[in-house]
Amino acid sequence: MTEQTRTAPPATAHEAPRIVTRTGLGKFFADTGAVFTREILLVLRDPFTLIFSLLQPLIFLGLFGPLLTGTFGGGFGGGSGSVSTADTLQWFVPGVIVMISLFGTSMSGSNLLYEIMTGSYERVLATPLDRSAILVGRALKEFAPLLVQGLIIALVCIPFGFTFHVLPALLGLALLGVFGIGVGALSHSLAQASKNREWLFWGVQQSLLFPLLILSGMMLPLEAGPSWMQAAAKFNPLTYMVDAERALFAGTVADPAVLWGAIAACVTCVVGVAVGIRSTRRAV
Amino acid sequence: MIRARGLTKTFSRRKETVEAVKGIDVDVTEGELVAFLGPNGAGKSTTLRMLTSLLEPTSGEATVAGYDVTTHPAQVRARLGFIGQGNGGGFSYKVIDELHNQGRFYGLAPAVYSERAADLMGALELTGLEKRSVQSLSGGQRRRLDVALGLMNHPPLLFLDEPTTGLDPHSRANLWEHITAMRERYGMTVVLTTHYLDEADSMAERVVVIDHGEIIADAAPDVLKRRHADDVLNLAVATDDGAAVRAALPDGLGEVELTALDPPGSDGLRVRVATARGADALPGAIEALRLAGVATTSASVRQASLDDVFLNLTGRSLREEAAA
Repeated sequence: MTEQTRTAPPATAHEAPRIVTRTGLGKFFADTGAVFTREILLVLRDPFTLIFSLLQPLIFLGLFGPLLTGTFGGGFGGGSGSVSTADTLQWFVPGVIVMISLFGTSMSGSNLLYEIMTGSYERVLATPLDRSAILVGRALKEFAPLLVQGLIIALVCIPFGFTFHVLPALLGLALLGVFGIGVGALSHSLAQASKNREWLFWGVQQSLLFPLLILSGMMLPLEAGPSWMQAAAKFNPLTYMVDAERALFAGTVADPAVLWGAIAACVTCVVGVAVGIRSTRRAV
Repeated sequence: MIRARGLTKTFSRRKETVEAVKGIDVDVTEGELVAFLGPNGAGKSTTLRMLTSLLEPTSGEATVAGYDVTTHPAQVRARLGFIGQGNGGGFSYKVIDELHNQGRFYGLAPAVYSERAADLMGALELTGLEKRSVQSLSGGQRRRLDVALGLMNHPPLLFLDEPTTGLDPHSRANLWEHITAMRERYGMTVVLTTHYLDEADSMAERVVVIDHGEIIADAAPDVLKRRHADDVLNLAVATDDGAAVRAALPDGLGEVELTALDPPGSDGLRVRVATARGADALPGAIEALRLAGVATTSASVRQASLDDVFLNLTGRSLREEAAA
């Protein structure tokens, strides 16, 4: 590679000795790996951030879960009979895992916003990195901790009666990863659009996050809500994610909910990355 | 190394269209050190961003390091180093991690980037700071890290956008020493933007003056000053006879301006002569006055500056705009 650098600039691009040796898919994967490595270093160098990020979902499980059991003592989704802590956890844990994935990925743009403001993002853009690899690598960084968090939460809940179906649950986390890449990419687009206006990023992120959360039936079952809420939930991709995760964490793979979740995840991913690449091209 | 033709960038803000860069033609040959000089908002950085393929030109074309910036941006980026206005190192990262990350971004093998990182840290006086976080570095150290990051791919062409803005004079001088040393070491072509006149004057071998998105002058600093500005001789003479002073001074020396000496009432005149090559003209002028019986009581030369060049070309002072 050093030899190539010393070669005189070529007359035309076609005869050029290549400094960028990889092309196409190989370059995309190598670049994604390089971006992911840079991002994950932050977590590896400071694992306490990961521990703190576990606190929030545990608080939800510990403080919100018992209220659910109390409120819906008559059963979820119109079911009958009394509801135990185990039932609540089985219903609530998948929702909490979707929630932390949504929190993590939708906030991932804030790191980027900081890097845009200090200048290090410009340095990254000035390298030959594949533009979509920059997005995907950054989004995957949110997914890796999620895998750890999801597993820890599931393990913590086992003593309280939560049944953990390993393979379906891993499939569920993989689906969330695909969904998360899309949300992460959208968050990055938002960060690029709110360059130098941090309030805009947080304003939009926060005002989208909570309606999406509530209208997905993640925290409380929507069956108890008015019909307009149930109708609105049908247009929320998160609803399909939550339903799919509930089915998978209950150990059922062959459920239409899983298929719908997969579709929602893929659509979100494709749309997010497309929007993200567009805004990355126009960035700086 | 660089060939740009009709490079244009327009931004549209709401219904207003702003022409940031208006059809710039510029060539830079291998090994040159070129400074883009101009006030804030002149289009210097926009031009630089188009040449580094960070920004797509609205129209026009540019070939940089052998590749077209619009059709082969990744090939262009692989061959250049870019040091932006901000800090390249992520603030939460350790210094050595960022250098290694940069190596990975250029697709270098671990052995290669580890060696280069250690080498550059030594050359840029960063040794010992490997494990420090970027945000704990001083402004000067951070800027040297930016340079190290920009050189990880050993680029034949280095772009620097306002490299010394915000640094104290000592750090500025230190950074320049390093940039000059790195340029010699790697035989790089260097293109930078600045609004510091003295920096463009002392460091650049060629100055491209940009104003309102257009190149208004392009030459070596000395040539620009000779062509577009005058040196000024400031003399004080022990006579009040202005006509005699004018008659005594050699013909074609330049425009002569006479004023009373301060404080008012003191004997003698202040003589101001705008001329080319002031230092060469001064002894002759004093000698001519002496032969005419006029004693010179004080003499100085103010050499033409790039600010004079800018002032004469645009009617505005760059120094004032930079301060504003």
